[in-house]
Amino acid sequence: MTYRDAMREALRDALRRDERVFLMGEDVGRYGGCFGVSKGLLDEFGPERVRDTPLSESAFVGAGIGAAMGGMRPVVEIMTVNFSLLALDQIVNNAATLTHMSGGQLAIPLVIRMTTGAGRQLAAQHSHSLEGWYAHIPGLRILTPATLEDARGMLWPALCDPNPVLIFEHGALYNMEGELPEEPPEVDIESAMVRRPGDDVSLITYGGTLWKALAAADELAGEGISAEVLDLRVLRPLDDAALEASVTKTHRAVIVDEGWRSGSLSAEVAARLTERCFYDLDAPVERVCSEEVPVPYAKHLEEEALPQVDDIVTAAMRTVRGQVPQAAEAGRV
Amino acid sequence: MSAPAPTAEHARDLLREMVRIRRFEERCVELYSASKIRGFLHLYIGEEAVAVGAMQALAPGDAVVATYREHGHALARGVPSDCVMAEMFGRVEGCSGGRGGSMHLFHAPLRFYGGNAIVGGGLPPAVGLALADRMRGADTVTACFFGEGAVAEGEFHESMNLAALWRLPVLFLCENNLYAMGTALERSESETQLTLKAASYEMPAWSVDGMDVLAVEDAVRRAAVSVRAGGGPSFLELRTYRFRAHSMYDPELYRAKEEVERWKQEDPIERLVAAVGDLSADDLDAVESEVAAELDAAVAAAEAGSLEPASDLTRHVTYEGALA
Repeated sequence: MTYRDAMREALRDALRRDERVFLMGEDVGRYGGCFGVSKGLLDEFGPERVRDTPLSESAFVGAGIGAAMGGMRPVVEIMTVNFSLLALDQIVNNAATLTHMSGGQLAIPLVIRMTTGAGRQLAAQHSHSLEGWYAHIPGLRILTPATLEDARGMLWPALCDPNPVLIFEHGALYNMEGELPEEPPEVDIESAMVRRPGDDVSLITYGGTLWKALAAADELAGEGISAEVLDLRVLRPLDDAALEASVTKTHRAVIVDEGWRSGSLSAEVAARLTERCFYDLDAPVERVCSEEVPVPYAKHLEEEALPQVDDIVTAAMRTVRGQVPQAAEAGRV
Repeated sequence: MSAPAPTAEHARDLLREMVRIRRFEERCVELYSASKIRGFLHLYIGEEAVAVGAMQALAPGDAVVATYREHGHALARGVPSDCVMAEMFGRVEGCSGGRGGSMHLFHAPLRFYGGNAIVGGGLPPAVGLALADRMRGADTVTACFFGEGAVAEGEFHESMNLAALWRLPVLFLCENNLYAMGTALERSESETQLTLKAASYEMPAWSVDGMDVLAVEDAVRRAAVSVRAGGGPSFLELRTYRFRAHSMYDPELYRAKEEVERWKQEDPIERLVAAVGDLSADDLDAVESEVAAELDAAVAAAEAGSLEPASDLTRHVTYEGALA
């Protein structure tokens, strides 16, 4: 089973469990989803519940908001986070505000799924990681399933949430293979999760870079460094307690984020660590982020732009071995 | 085709509703000057026939989506004037608990969904409300009000197309008051005949004299019948005019005083009185005193209303109730 299959199973399960659930988006029906996630669902559930939309992100996301207010449980698929910017008005000005502006009268039980991230040579209009932007917005819940369990398990609790939930699926994960038990695992949409326990340094990440962090932890183990890997899973609201628990144990932190460094989610996490764990830190907090460049097409340049396992290993070793971070040496900000 | 003559009782109802809105707005100006109301305040004076006429044609379960100039829509839809006024005062008794203000009036039990201050931003949710109603098998319609300025937004075109494509029960009610804030229609649209834009989405589209409450009611009623019966969305252009400035900060440099005066000759309240011969001076006086008493009470209640404790500030960012 792949991550794509797990996500499809989650959709199928939700469509079966609650007749108010429906899926809409560009090419989710006849085409089967631009990344193949919804393949077969049109045949199984029909065109009323698996709705192909025009290329009108603002209208169909806004229609999802209206349908949620009207008692349905829409799942809206946007092809990529870059395209979601065409619906930013609806997501930020409506989905995130209507409950509050109405004095708490309106629930918006809406799920919006979209692909994020780079690594597939799709260049600068299909590859960005803007989930950190959305994590800035009160009123939204931001999920980043990185495992098959979360791909399979996060959708249903997201649909049960009376508030808008955005699910970011890293495009490089769709073909990831794995096993899931017959009975789908129940997961929460509240907490971060330790994917690998360790004592010397916390590698804090989410989404597509979880697997790079885990590979880095393997390499670090070879160097005699025990790295803990914390998967944030939920970017808003952040699980402060899990961050604190990990870093007060390891005393060192490397944040790995495929978003850009400036004004980013990694900056938010770093700030919270200094607010909550300053006196527990034995080294400056390190960040491994994408280079501040629109993601390029050429393979070697794209790889250079993205956080890689070696970068994570190097940063973790700096925190443990007490060397001055390269970024500071080079005068980078 | 002229609208059918109303009964005396109905004419009196229409008159009272328009006078309620007019006087409510005048109170708001006074209270704004007295600093009781702050923020942006957009008055509906001159446009009363649109909301009042349109609401007559809606059934109780229908949904309404309005704009930031929506005091009139809320009042005409039945949101009590005291909770609208309390909202102006930022009181917890307000129809949005003081969180929304003048531009964001909500009333969930009446399916009054705001109060949207992003021009064009209300159209996509209106399409979604109609979609939900249809998927749930209800025969309700969603009335979506917006100004002619919204026609320049992509959200207008996306929403019109989607509603028509899926034959959803949306009544698109375009209040053409000729100015998007200060920008005249002919300065912002290459095609100023708005019904042509709607017709390009294969939906019925008419222009209506928006200063004639009887014409508005009649047109919206006809359109609602078709929409409710599953005929897909309809578009009405309601030609109207705002007699006052865009907001309290508008010196009105963009239009001539003579133009405003000319439109005031079309005052929808006076036109109704003229059209319905049997409204007596006593009737008018009675309406005025009923409305004055109602608004006195609304203002007094708002004055006496309570402020939400600041310790509750972060409430309602997420929904606190349970979902069915």
